[in-house]
Amino acid sequence: MAGIRVVHYINQFFAGIGGEEKADTKPFKKEGVVGPGSALQAAFGEEMTIVGTVICGDTYFNENLDTVIPEIIKMIAGFNPQVFIAGPAFNAGRYGVACGAVCEAVARQLKIPVITGMYEENPGADMYKKSAYIIKTGNSAAKMRQAIPAMAKLALKLGKSEAIGTPEEEGYLPKGIRINIWYEKRGSARAVDMLIKKLRGEAFQTEYPMPVFDRVTPRPALKDLSKAKIALVTSGGIVPKGNPDRIESSSASKFGTYDLTGFDDLTAATHETAHGGYDPVYANQDPDRVLPVDVMRVLEKEGVIGSLHNTYYATVGNGTSVANAKKYAHAIGLELKEAGVDGIILTST
Amino acid sequence: MIKELEEVVDVPCVHICTVVPISLTVGANRIDPAVAIPHPLGNPALSPEDEFSLRRKIVEKALQALCTDVSEQTVF
Repeated sequence: MAGIRVVHYINQFFAGIGGEEKADTKPFKKEGVVGPGSALQAAFGEEMTIVGTVICGDTYFNENLDTVIPEIIKMIAGFNPQVFIAGPAFNAGRYGVACGAVCEAVARQLKIPVITGMYEENPGADMYKKSAYIIKTGNSAAKMRQAIPAMAKLALKLGKSEAIGTPEEEGYLPKGIRINIWYEKRGSARAVDMLIKKLRGEAFQTEYPMPVFDRVTPRPALKDLSKAKIALVTSGGIVPKGNPDRIESSSASKFGTYDLTGFDDLTAATHETAHGGYDPVYANQDPDRVLPVDVMRVLEKEGVIGSLHNTYYATVGNGTSVANAKKYAHAIGLELKEAGVDGIILTST
Repeated sequence: MIKELEEVVDVPCVHICTVVPISLTVGANRIDPAVAIPHPLGNPALSPEDEFSLRRKIVEKALQALCTDVSEQTVF
């Protein structure tokens, strides 16, 4: 097989190895295509060839960032690629981070074009959009058929060193790169045109979008921990046994409000996890591993903290949109403010 | 969630999580690194006693974070 040499990176799920129970799979490589690689290869035709695929479990990757990246780079380099493709990861957070991190390392160390695909709200998108071409995809693998042609098209252009269009034209997330362009009209005239459109209430497009800094001012430290009422909140899906509110294992549509009165320890008999985005075995054996009620009760008895707030809040942060997470936290926040808590611990898986 | 909680409740908040880069991207101000994704506050390989003291250490660090003034995102 001839053509431009491509190496593809995917996770354990898309490699067909397994779901969360196999997310601790260590990296390994295979010749040729695996999983979604075959659709990419079909889109490439004869011009590009996926010579190898590197596979790694999402949990293993994210828990071993320092060691796993050099290991994966070595495997990729062994295939001697000219273009590197990862994913697409859609809205899978750990997979998105892995795709982005590998792309960044490949671009830096192997100096070849890199491309991946993600949903805009994937945390990996914001982290790595400056380092890699990230094709905007839908939020789940159901959108694979839309994602593959866009990724393949851009990969071909990169492989053949053709000119790359704007983010809008090619469908990738803006990388923050500015290119000089000649306009017929000078800047002052364009600015006046834009202002007139704005005054008329017409659509206009800025030439220099302002970055959005969505940050919150850190609140001052607690003065006296021994008098403080501390609340627990989790996105790790810890719910009373049987999941009475039926919080969904993915893309949760709600959060739960649960009483901790009388609970000194969460056990397999009383609580479990509703989260579908990590292997639930350990959290189900001992839910304190996600929501540390046992430790908080001991600290309460010892007088280290004033008290543990007797209500905790839980949702499932798996594929949950940023807008929904914010909405749930807002509602939870209003209740915690009313309750007069002094500090909050949020645990995430 | 962590930002909205801090904004709405107007008290210090700390995020216990395993994948610190995600928490930094999201914008948590106080971050307490955890053990592993499926068991952030535990380690099934340890004896129950050792696991409890590991969990206690992580929670104590979170409380210490709540008692520390920060001016920017801080990983404890």
